[in-house]
Amino acid sequence: MIRLELISMLRRRRTWITIVMLNALPTIVAVLLALTDLGPRPGTGPPFLSAVLTDGTQYPLAALAIVLPLFLPVAVAVIAGDAIAGEAQTGTLRYLLIRPVGRTRLLVAKLVSVIAFVLIAVVIVAAVAYVEGRLLLGSGDPSGTVTSVSGTSLTQADMIQRTLLSLGYVTVMMLGVAAIALMFSTFTDTGIVAALGTVAILIASTVLLGLDAANAIQPYLPTRYWLAFVDLFRDPIRWTEVLKGLGSQAAYLVVFLGAAWANFSTKDINS
Amino acid sequence: MIRTSGLTKRFGGTTAVDDLDLDVRAGDVYGFLGANGSGKTTTVRMLLGLVLATSGEIDVLGEPMPAARQSVLPRVGALVEGPGAYPYLSGRANLAAFDAAASDTSRRGRSTRIDEVLARVGLDPRDRRAVRTYSLGMRQRLGLASGLLRSPHLLVLDEPTNGLDPRGIREIRELLLSLNADGTTIFLSSHLLAEIEQMCTRVGVLDRGRLVLQDDVTALVAPTGLVVVHTPQVDWARELLGPRVESAGPGRLVVRSDDPAGVNALLVGAGISVTEIGPLRVSLEDVVLRASESA
Repeated sequence: MIRLELISMLRRRRTWITIVMLNALPTIVAVLLALTDLGPRPGTGPPFLSAVLTDGTQYPLAALAIVLPLFLPVAVAVIAGDAIAGEAQTGTLRYLLIRPVGRTRLLVAKLVSVIAFVLIAVVIVAAVAYVEGRLLLGSGDPSGTVTSVSGTSLTQADMIQRTLLSLGYVTVMMLGVAAIALMFSTFTDTGIVAALGTVAILIASTVLLGLDAANAIQPYLPTRYWLAFVDLFRDPIRWTEVLKGLGSQAAYLVVFLGAAWANFSTKDINS
Repeated sequence: MIRTSGLTKRFGGTTAVDDLDLDVRAGDVYGFLGANGSGKTTTVRMLLGLVLATSGEIDVLGEPMPAARQSVLPRVGALVEGPGAYPYLSGRANLAAFDAAASDTSRRGRSTRIDEVLARVGLDPRDRRAVRTYSLGMRQRLGLASGLLRSPHLLVLDEPTNGLDPRGIREIRELLLSLNADGTTIFLSSHLLAEIEQMCTRVGVLDRGRLVLQDDVTALVAPTGLVVVHTPQVDWARELLGPRVESAGPGRLVVRSDDPAGVNALLVGAGISVTEIGPLRVSLEDVVLRASESA
């Protein structure tokens, strides 16, 4: 079932349209930066963006920081929200279950396919941004070293390693979104409702993060540690927030996937 | 094949299926009749483990459902409330996807099985168009193909001729009868009496969640011991047959007799012209309506 889900995810046109759309915004930003040479001042705007005018090889990280707050989670919410509800809508859910595919297995297969989608999407976003950075933006230090967020220099090998780490980190950050959307997806027969419910939670989380009065609950919000991947580019790497981020996503995954499972495995399928 | 005892399903305050004792035997073409909303689909879904019963037991192919679904369902083909297919895949690709979804079949020979089953339900195996371009009838055929793909021992079909034209209905009926002749037990739910009457060997009638009738069709529509005679000379015939006449109307008599030929000979011998004569049969419709009314 997992293999089948992966194949059908890769074969669906929706997957590739979503990935193209994810790449659109970083591409527009790259073109505008190249044309105007007007970057945000250091310390403002999305992370890494001020650095890319001089060093285009850092653009993959800037691109990730651009899609991470909204585009990527919305794409994940749509795809994961459609996972069970979409099958209900097309009338295929009942036929999968009487095939028989176990309910737990179906849920896991859907989660795996969403994660695979995120991984493919972030890799493509990074790769496209790398090409754009090299072609359109600054060529960087001729020695091949890059200045870390802390001000020291990082070798190219260091950079590659840390970039891979950050792709992994961003993927893990989407686990919570996927689990929330999957849970909603088991409660409704309309994928869009599940996606919107998830997006609403993420927006609420973002709003609360900007509110001082919400200080006490901020560490528990799903979007709290998303941008902590910037810490991977400090020298040495500052792990505290990264580890907290991984922990909080694991907690979200367990709680919401558990709720999805509890609901789905005992539910009357009337679709 | 299918046996339920005390099967009950409540949704909130309403009882959709109430204390149902179904008995479908091997080799039956079992017609499961009932008006819309009488609980047919809920029952079918419970048999297949989609809806969980509030109380009661279900045995399918001799094993308890839904506990034994992993061993029971691979041997059951089903069509539940209309076909379901991925609209962006072709009919073939849909069948392949569902077949690959569980691991009890191998990839080897899948393509041949799909070809065979598509041809069997009257779809072109070479058709590569996406299912979203299919007509309702074609989707219905595809759904049936999906049910037949693993040569099931038991077919559970909910309104299988829905959306088909008269020729399609006939083709599907012949297909199902030939499958039954090869040993497949068929459980067919429908609200179309005529369809059930033409195909089924046994019927169960559901009325507001309760089983009001379950019997062999031959027993239900057995001759009544009455003969209907159509003649223009009603009074004369009445005189001749005397007390055997049960009732008489304009141009029509009902006579108590097990022997229509004998009655005919008697009337014709007396010079009475008979335009039509035959045993009076109750239609399945009458039986079903009576059972529902008395319940």
